[in-house]
Amino acid sequence: MIQNLPALIVFIPFFAALLCPLLSTASRTLGRWFVTLCTGISLILSFLQVGVMVKSGEAAYWFGGWIPPYGIEFSVDALSAVVMVLICVIGFLTMLYGMPFMKQDTKERLSGYYAILSLLVASLLGMTATGDVFNLYVFLEVSSLSGYVLIAMGGDKGIISAFRYLLLGTIGASFYLLGVAFIYGETGTLNMLDMSGLVGPVLSSGTTMIAMIFILLGFGIKMALFPLHGWQPEAHTNAHPGADPIIAGLMVKIPAYVLIRFFFYVFDANVEHVRYLLILMGIMASVGIIYGSIKAIAQRDIRKMLAYSSVGQLGYIGLGIAIGNYYGLIGAVLHIINHSFMKSALFFGSGALKYRYGLVELDRLGQIYKKMPKTMAVMIICALSMIGIPPTAGFFSKWYLALGAVNAGQYILVAVLIVSSLLNAVYFFRFFEKIFMSEEVERIEKHPEETHELPWQMMLPLIVCGIGILILGFCNAQFVDVLSSVIMEVAG
Amino acid sequence: MDMILAYRPIIAIFVSTVAAALIMLFGEKISPNRRESITLGASIIKAACVFSMVPAVLAGETFDITLLEIVDGVDFAFRADSLSMVFACVASGLWIVTSIYSIGYMRGHGERNQTGYFASFAMCLTGAMGICFAANLMTFFIFYEVLTVATYPLVTHYRDEKAKKSGRKYLIYTLVSGQIFFAAMAYVYFKCGTLDFTPGGFIGNALGFQEAAVVFFLMILGGAVKAGVMPVHSWLPSAMVAPTPVSALLHAVAVVKAGAFCVIRIIGYTFGPELCKACGATDIMAWFAIATILCSSLIAIQKDNLKARLAYSTVGQLSYIVLGTCILTPISVSGAVFHIVAHAFMKITLFMCAGAIFVTTHKSEISDMRGIGRRMPLTMTAFTTASLGIAGLPFIVGFVSKFNIIEGAAMAGKPFFIATLIASALLSLTYLIPVAYIAFTGRNINPSFMDFQPFTLRGEAAKPMLVPILLTAGISIALGLYPDLGLYLYTFAEKAAAAIFEGGGTL
Repeated sequence: MIQNLPALIVFIPFFAALLCPLLSTASRTLGRWFVTLCTGISLILSFLQVGVMVKSGEAAYWFGGWIPPYGIEFSVDALSAVVMVLICVIGFLTMLYGMPFMKQDTKERLSGYYAILSLLVASLLGMTATGDVFNLYVFLEVSSLSGYVLIAMGGDKGIISAFRYLLLGTIGASFYLLGVAFIYGETGTLNMLDMSGLVGPVLSSGTTMIAMIFILLGFGIKMALFPLHGWQPEAHTNAHPGADPIIAGLMVKIPAYVLIRFFFYVFDANVEHVRYLLILMGIMASVGIIYGSIKAIAQRDIRKMLAYSSVGQLGYIGLGIAIGNYYGLIGAVLHIINHSFMKSALFFGSGALKYRYGLVELDRLGQIYKKMPKTMAVMIICALSMIGIPPTAGFFSKWYLALGAVNAGQYILVAVLIVSSLLNAVYFFRFFEKIFMSEEVERIEKHPEETHELPWQMMLPLIVCGIGILILGFCNAQFVDVLSSVIMEVAG
Repeated sequence: MDMILAYRPIIAIFVSTVAAALIMLFGEKISPNRRESITLGASIIKAACVFSMVPAVLAGETFDITLLEIVDGVDFAFRADSLSMVFACVASGLWIVTSIYSIGYMRGHGERNQTGYFASFAMCLTGAMGICFAANLMTFFIFYEVLTVATYPLVTHYRDEKAKKSGRKYLIYTLVSGQIFFAAMAYVYFKCGTLDFTPGGFIGNALGFQEAAVVFFLMILGGAVKAGVMPVHSWLPSAMVAPTPVSALLHAVAVVKAGAFCVIRIIGYTFGPELCKACGATDIMAWFAIATILCSSLIAIQKDNLKARLAYSTVGQLSYIVLGTCILTPISVSGAVFHIVAHAFMKITLFMCAGAIFVTTHKSEISDMRGIGRRMPLTMTAFTTASLGIAGLPFIVGFVSKFNIIEGAAMAGKPFFIATLIASALLSLTYLIPVAYIAFTGRNINPSFMDFQPFTLRGEAAKPMLVPILLTAGISIALGLYPDLGLYLYTFAEKAAAAIFEGGGTL
């Protein structure tokens, strides 16, 4: 049972996705509850897995009993175990959250939506668990395809955004595939662990360099790292509101995680040539942080503001990877986790505004806190966390990033972090001004039949994320303890 | 039971968080009386926790509590030492007084959004109390930022354009300086490997002198902004748009004193007097403080709005604390620490008087107040007492602290500082005593006060406002006569100063 955990966690939602349309023919809502239940099981298993990791270190699952490098391997360490928990949590919450949005939809659309959502969760889990670079490509494509569908389901604008993302996403995936081909040519293996042993002598060869650049470009597009973020603001704005939290909150984080895997576990980040790439990434990230924050200030649509804010926040993660020492990486990983919670919660909140009033414009938020106090309370906590006000989670990832930058002697990066915090403060405090101080405007209830502020399926994710951010903040040292041994071994 | 008693600092900090949460959750659903009883209850528990620690801390015990590891290598730790007791006693004691006053003021004035107001107020006290008891820079910074954010709703209480502008200004000053503090803190941690406050400083020779001076100024900026040191003071006068109890407690006691307290913690417990002297940073800081003391007095004279005049007076008085600390002699530091107490009682009296006048007579400009002593004799007597105290008249609490600072300046051989302090005392006479004079003058009385028989109490402020005013004015005199009265605050101030200069931190 224990050694099967990595495979089980990934494939339970995967099979649930396949069964969902079938079950839906029996009863309209059976499929979606089944999918949600299966993701819940994965969630429990992923918690178990972290427990195992903390005790025993690593686990590997060989498919069909084939020994790597011949067979496909799922290998999980503390880092991937923690990220898998994160995926399961956000996936599970998003599934719950989407339910009220689908009241009017047909059976086919409903079951399709949940099957795709479940596929997305499964493929993201697969990307995290796999120890095989080609297998990673397969999961990447599955996640991208499900992402396209969920974005396209957001209506007319969603289709255009999805098409744009499809074009760029395909280019990204192709870059990655080419990178894999090159690196396979140099090392003759696809297994990550094996590759990390073999790549050493050829690390400075031209082919490997090109492979690394391609991998950086591929995942750079996928994680919307500036200036490769072109698809992202529209896609995050126009995606289906029920699925937006996972698309905006999580889908862009896993490529960042994969980049950590590649640069620090497969390649050796302390080698000169790899460092050059990381410096390039650091520059992209720094510019992206400032650019994203400034663009966010200019937005009128709350979702677009959040999307541009993501461009900046993804830069934080890129920055941590680029700094590349112990604290930098800790900061990057913590920010992957923290920002997933913050951004998902903010999209849970913006989706709730859309659900109740069809609201997306900042200017129409006047006095909304009277109508939706709980939603706004959570959004305020998240916003403070985005700015980096202690004791919310965002402050602590910023602390580790700053500590990493100071350790590396790169004071300019500390300045970037500070300026970004202040820019974040500008647009989030403007958001506060709107909800508390602007005049109340005429708003039409779209669901007058609701007796509560929100249906419980939508309220629960919000509350969980809000509390989660505070817990993540106070318990960050415990997370660092769990991750420290894994990160210590690769950090420069 | 002993377990619980050992955790009194924690209770003192978080009882107001709980109160804020309760008020937020139930404030709209229960009657105002019940809502305010939450505030009062929390403030009494808080004060009881703090006051009951006085004998133990006086005997040399420190309450050390580590809750958890807040970031890798740094604990979320609290300690009650002499310095923290001074600020904690003042803030928690005055919270009770201000709560009663708030109730009178907010109801008398028919304010809206009272639930949010009382909740934010309680949250501010959590911030202030956390700042008192924080045992290291990280814990300190967390509560410092909590205080920043919790004050914002109070500054913007009226939610109009003016409030919005003041709120923005407030945020720009405090958040920017907070972020710079953050960067400096990361650097200090990287160089020293610790952030624990130590009397006499923990940096020692981990930083070179020039490096230390740069980091010092980055860090002290965080304190200087909240303490209103010029040229970063201008948020404070604009924050006066807030309701008067906010100005009274936060802009005379909690927030601005947190800034002054921050300066003392940085100079005395982070860098240490030896390093500060060696790198010359405190000398420069002292000149900033001198400039602030003089300029603010000159600006205050021109202000006709009573609250604005008091705001500039606050700016000046806070720099006494900064100056006293920067002179770096034990006696001047003890004067600076005791000035936290002295200024708190005097200035809160003045602000509460201003608020009482405003609610009772709707007058906010000094020129409209001719003869107001006819109508509100007790309030104006309290006002006069506190004004004389601000000017440094003997037998009022302000004299004690100012005399110590001057004595310290004499010991350090800074005649110019002494001259400034005396000049500033005279200047405070020129901007506050005229108000008292106008109030009791017999000529050109504002016609609206003519209906009142002189020196009867019919036109006085409502009792919930009047009682706190008389109480704080009385305490100002009592502490002036006998500085150690009750809570031994003067002894605490001396002990804190002694600890700073006897403690480690040798280069």
